[in-house]
Amino acid sequence: MNAPADRERDPGLQPERTRLAWRRTTLASTVAAVLAVKTALHGGVSATGVVACALCCAFWLGFLFVAHRRIHDLTVTTGPRALAPRHATAAVLCTVAVAACGAALVL
Amino acid sequence: MIEFARTVRLWFEPQEIREEGSTPDYRFSLANERTFLAWLRTALALIGGGFAVDQFLPDLRWAWRVGLALALLGAGVLCSLRAVNHWMRCEQAMRRGEDLPVSRFPAMLSVVVAVVAVAMVVVVLVGWEG
Repeated sequence: MNAPADRERDPGLQPERTRLAWRRTTLASTVAAVLAVKTALHGGVSATGVVACALCCAFWLGFLFVAHRRIHDLTVTTGPRALAPRHATAAVLCTVAVAACGAALVL
Repeated sequence: MIEFARTVRLWFEPQEIREEGSTPDYRFSLANERTFLAWLRTALALIGGGFAVDQFLPDLRWAWRVGLALALLGAGVLCSLRAVNHWMRCEQAMRRGEDLPVSRFPAMLSVVVAVVAVAMVVVVLVGWEG
Protein backbone atom coordinates (compact mmCIF):
# COMPACT_ATOMS: atom_id res chain seq x y z
CA MET A 1 0.00 0.00 0.00
CA ASN A 2 1.83 3.10 1.22
CA ALA A 3 5.24 1.54 1.81
CA PRO A 4 8.23 3.86 1.66
CA ALA A 5 9.65 4.00 -1.86
CA ASP A 6 13.29 3.68 -0.83
CA ARG A 7 12.68 0.42 0.98
CA GLU A 8 14.33 -2.63 -0.49
CA ARG A 9 11.62 -4.93 -1.76
CA ASP A 10 11.50 -8.40 -0.23
CA PRO A 11 10.91 -10.81 -3.15
CA GLY A 12 9.05 -13.17 -0.80
CA LEU A 13 6.63 -10.36 0.21
CA GLN A 14 6.87 -11.59 3.80
CA PRO A 15 5.52 -8.44 5.53
CA GLU A 16 2.61 -8.26 3.07
CA ARG A 17 1.72 -11.90 3.63
CA THR A 18 1.89 -11.43 7.37
CA ARG A 19 -0.31 -8.35 7.12
CA LEU A 20 -2.89 -10.26 5.12
CA ALA A 21 -2.74 -13.10 7.64
CA TRP A 22 -3.69 -10.57 10.34
CA ARG A 23 -6.53 -9.34 8.12
CA ARG A 24 -7.87 -12.87 7.67
CA THR A 25 -7.66 -13.39 11.40
CA THR A 26 -9.67 -10.23 12.11
CA LEU A 27 -12.29 -11.51 9.66
CA ALA A 28 -12.45 -14.84 11.50
CA SER A 29 -12.80 -13.02 14.82
CA THR A 30 -15.59 -10.88 13.33
CA VAL A 31 -17.49 -14.02 12.32
CA ALA A 32 -17.06 -15.45 15.83
CA ALA A 33 -18.22 -12.16 17.37
CA VAL A 34 -21.30 -11.98 15.13
CA LEU A 35 -22.26 -15.54 16.05
CA ALA A 36 -21.73 -14.67 19.72
CA VAL A 37 -24.03 -11.63 19.44
CA LYS A 38 -26.64 -13.75 17.67
CA THR A 39 -26.48 -16.30 20.50
CA ALA A 40 -26.71 -13.55 23.12
CA LEU A 41 -29.77 -11.92 21.60
CA HIS A 42 -31.51 -15.18 20.71
CA GLY A 43 -34.73 -15.80 22.59
CA GLY A 44 -35.33 -12.35 24.03
CA VAL A 45 -33.20 -9.82 25.87
CA SER A 46 -31.92 -10.82 29.29
CA ALA A 47 -29.42 -9.19 31.64
CA THR A 48 -26.86 -11.99 31.13
CA GLY A 49 -27.34 -11.80 27.39
CA VAL A 50 -26.73 -8.06 27.22
CA VAL A 51 -23.65 -8.21 29.47
CA ALA A 52 -22.15 -11.11 27.52
CA CYS A 53 -22.94 -9.37 24.25
CA ALA A 54 -21.21 -6.17 25.41
CA LEU A 55 -18.18 -8.15 26.62
CA CYS A 56 -17.90 -10.01 23.30
CA CYS A 57 -18.02 -6.71 21.39
CA ALA A 58 -15.38 -5.23 23.73
CA PHE A 59 -13.02 -8.18 23.24
CA TRP A 60 -13.62 -8.09 19.51
CA LEU A 61 -12.62 -4.40 19.53
CA GLY A 62 -9.57 -5.30 21.60
CA PHE A 63 -8.55 -7.86 19.03
CA LEU A 64 -9.06 -5.36 16.21
CA PHE A 65 -6.88 -2.88 18.09
CA VAL A 66 -4.01 -5.38 18.47
CA ALA A 67 -4.30 -6.36 14.81
CA HIS A 68 -4.38 -2.72 13.73
CA ARG A 69 -1.21 -1.93 15.71
CA ARG A 70 0.61 -4.88 14.20
CA ILE A 71 -0.57 -4.12 10.64
CA HIS A 72 0.60 -0.55 11.12
CA ASP A 73 4.03 -1.75 12.32
CA LEU A 74 4.36 -4.07 9.35
CA THR A 75 3.41 -1.31 6.93
CA VAL A 76 5.66 1.53 8.04
CA THR A 77 8.87 -0.06 9.29
CA THR A 78 11.72 -1.35 7.18
CA GLY A 79 12.76 -4.84 8.23
CA PRO A 80 9.88 -5.15 10.68
CA ARG A 81 10.54 -6.32 14.22
CA ALA A 82 9.22 -9.66 15.40
CA LEU A 83 5.80 -9.78 17.02
CA ALA A 84 5.97 -8.85 20.70
CA PRO A 85 4.86 -11.66 23.03
CA ARG A 86 2.63 -9.16 24.80
CA HIS A 87 0.64 -8.56 21.62
CA ALA A 88 0.40 -12.27 20.85
CA THR A 89 -0.86 -12.92 24.36
CA ALA A 90 -3.34 -10.05 24.14
CA ALA A 91 -4.77 -11.44 20.89
CA VAL A 92 -5.06 -14.91 22.42
CA LEU A 93 -6.66 -13.60 25.61
CA CYS A 94 -9.33 -11.77 23.56
CA THR A 95 -10.10 -15.04 21.79
CA VAL A 96 -10.26 -16.98 25.06
CA ALA A 97 -12.50 -14.33 26.61
CA VAL A 98 -14.98 -14.54 23.72
CA ALA A 99 -15.06 -18.33 24.20
CA ALA A 100 -15.67 -17.86 27.94
CA CYS A 101 -18.58 -15.50 27.21
CA GLY A 102 -19.86 -18.13 24.79
CA ALA A 103 -19.74 -20.82 27.46
CA ALA A 104 -21.68 -18.54 29.83
CA LEU A 105 -24.29 -17.89 27.11
CA VAL A 106 -24.70 -21.52 26.09
CA LEU A 107 -25.26 -22.77 29.65
CA MET B 1 4.25 -26.16 37.88
CA ILE B 2 7.21 -23.78 38.28
CA GLU B 3 8.05 -24.43 34.63
CA PHE B 4 4.47 -23.54 33.70
CA ALA B 5 4.59 -20.28 35.68
CA ARG B 6 7.88 -19.39 33.99
CA THR B 7 6.32 -20.06 30.58
CA VAL B 8 3.28 -17.90 31.32
CA ARG B 9 5.54 -15.08 32.52
CA LEU B 10 7.44 -15.22 29.23
CA TRP B 11 4.18 -14.64 27.33
CA PHE B 12 4.07 -11.16 28.85
CA GLU B 13 7.81 -10.36 29.02
CA PRO B 14 9.22 -9.72 25.56
CA GLN B 15 12.56 -8.49 26.90
CA GLU B 16 13.47 -11.86 28.38
CA ILE B 17 13.16 -13.55 25.02
CA ARG B 18 15.24 -10.85 23.34
CA GLU B 19 18.07 -11.36 25.83
CA GLU B 20 18.72 -14.92 24.68
CA GLY B 21 20.71 -15.94 21.61
CA SER B 22 20.74 -13.82 18.45
CA THR B 23 17.96 -12.25 16.43
CA PRO B 24 17.00 -14.53 13.51
CA ASP B 25 16.30 -13.25 9.99
CA TYR B 26 13.06 -11.26 10.30
CA ARG B 27 11.48 -13.41 7.58
CA PHE B 28 11.66 -16.48 9.81
CA SER B 29 10.01 -14.55 12.63
CA LEU B 30 7.25 -13.41 10.27
CA ALA B 31 6.71 -16.98 9.05
CA ASN B 32 6.41 -18.07 12.69
CA GLU B 33 3.93 -15.25 13.27
CA ARG B 34 1.80 -16.39 10.31
CA THR B 35 1.74 -19.93 11.67
CA PHE B 36 0.58 -18.52 15.00
CA LEU B 37 -2.17 -16.58 13.22
CA ALA B 38 -3.25 -19.68 11.30
CA TRP B 39 -3.64 -21.55 14.60
CA LEU B 40 -5.54 -18.59 16.04
CA ARG B 41 -7.94 -18.72 13.08
CA THR B 42 -8.39 -22.44 13.72
CA ALA B 43 -9.25 -21.61 17.32
CA LEU B 44 -11.71 -18.90 16.20
CA ALA B 45 -13.31 -21.36 13.78
CA LEU B 46 -13.77 -23.88 16.61
CA ILE B 47 -15.32 -21.17 18.80
CA GLY B 48 -17.59 -20.10 15.94
CA GLY B 49 -18.53 -23.76 15.50
CA GLY B 50 -19.50 -23.92 19.17
CA PHE B 51 -21.84 -20.94 18.73
CA ALA B 52 -23.20 -22.45 15.51
CA VAL B 53 -24.02 -25.78 17.19
CA ASP B 54 -25.92 -23.91 19.87
CA GLN B 55 -27.79 -21.73 17.39
CA PHE B 56 -28.47 -23.90 14.38
CA LEU B 57 -29.33 -27.26 15.93
CA PRO B 58 -32.26 -26.21 18.15
CA ASP B 59 -34.08 -29.53 17.79
CA LEU B 60 -31.39 -31.43 19.67
CA ARG B 61 -31.82 -32.43 23.28
CA TRP B 62 -30.41 -29.78 25.65
CA ALA B 63 -27.63 -31.97 27.03
CA TRP B 64 -26.27 -32.93 23.62
CA ARG B 65 -26.46 -29.42 22.26
CA VAL B 66 -24.75 -27.81 25.24
CA GLY B 67 -22.22 -30.63 25.49
CA LEU B 68 -21.15 -30.31 21.87
CA ALA B 69 -21.07 -26.51 22.03
CA LEU B 70 -18.96 -26.54 25.19
CA ALA B 71 -16.61 -29.16 23.73
CA LEU B 72 -16.02 -26.97 20.66
CA LEU B 73 -15.58 -23.82 22.76
CA GLY B 74 -13.13 -25.67 25.03
CA ALA B 75 -11.19 -26.94 22.01
CA GLY B 76 -10.99 -23.35 20.75
CA VAL B 77 -9.60 -22.13 24.07
CA LEU B 78 -6.99 -24.92 24.18
CA CYS B 79 -6.04 -24.28 20.57
CA SER B 80 -5.49 -20.55 21.09
CA LEU B 81 -3.46 -21.01 24.29
CA ARG B 82 -1.36 -23.62 22.61
CA ALA B 83 -0.90 -21.29 19.62
CA VAL B 84 0.80 -18.60 21.70
CA ASN B 85 2.84 -21.14 23.64
CA HIS B 86 4.11 -22.88 20.51
CA TRP B 87 4.85 -19.55 18.83
CA MET B 88 6.98 -18.54 21.79
CA ARG B 89 8.84 -21.85 21.91
CA CYS B 90 9.60 -21.61 18.18
CA GLU B 91 10.80 -18.04 18.64
CA GLN B 92 13.12 -19.11 21.47
CA ALA B 93 14.41 -22.09 19.52
CA MET B 94 15.23 -19.86 16.54
CA ARG B 95 17.09 -17.41 18.75
CA ARG B 96 19.14 -20.19 20.32
CA GLY B 97 19.72 -21.92 16.97
CA GLU B 98 18.09 -25.12 18.17
CA ASP B 99 15.71 -27.45 16.31
CA LEU B 100 12.12 -26.27 16.30
CA PRO B 101 9.97 -27.95 18.95
CA VAL B 102 7.92 -30.95 17.90
CA SER B 103 4.34 -31.31 19.05
CA ARG B 104 1.63 -33.93 19.07
CA PHE B 105 -1.06 -31.27 19.33
CA PRO B 106 -2.01 -31.26 15.59
CA ALA B 107 -2.63 -35.01 15.69
CA MET B 108 -4.66 -34.70 18.90
CA LEU B 109 -6.71 -31.85 17.46
CA SER B 110 -7.52 -33.77 14.30
CA VAL B 111 -8.63 -36.78 16.38
CA VAL B 112 -10.87 -34.52 18.51
CA VAL B 113 -12.36 -32.84 15.42
CA ALA B 114 -13.01 -36.24 13.85
CA VAL B 115 -14.71 -37.50 17.03
CA VAL B 116 -16.87 -34.36 17.27
CA ALA B 117 -17.82 -34.68 13.60
CA VAL B 118 -18.88 -38.32 14.04
CA ALA B 119 -20.81 -37.37 17.18
CA MET B 120 -22.58 -34.62 15.23
CA VAL B 121 -23.58 -37.04 12.48
CA VAL B 122 -24.93 -39.55 15.01
CA VAL B 123 -26.70 -36.89 17.04
CA VAL B 124 -28.29 -35.25 14.02
CA LEU B 125 -29.51 -38.62 12.65
CA VAL B 126 -30.88 -39.76 16.01
CA GLY B 127 -32.25 -36.33 16.86
CA TRP B 128 -34.13 -36.14 13.58
CA GLU B 129 -35.94 -39.40 14.30
CA GLY B 130 -36.64 -38.72 17.98
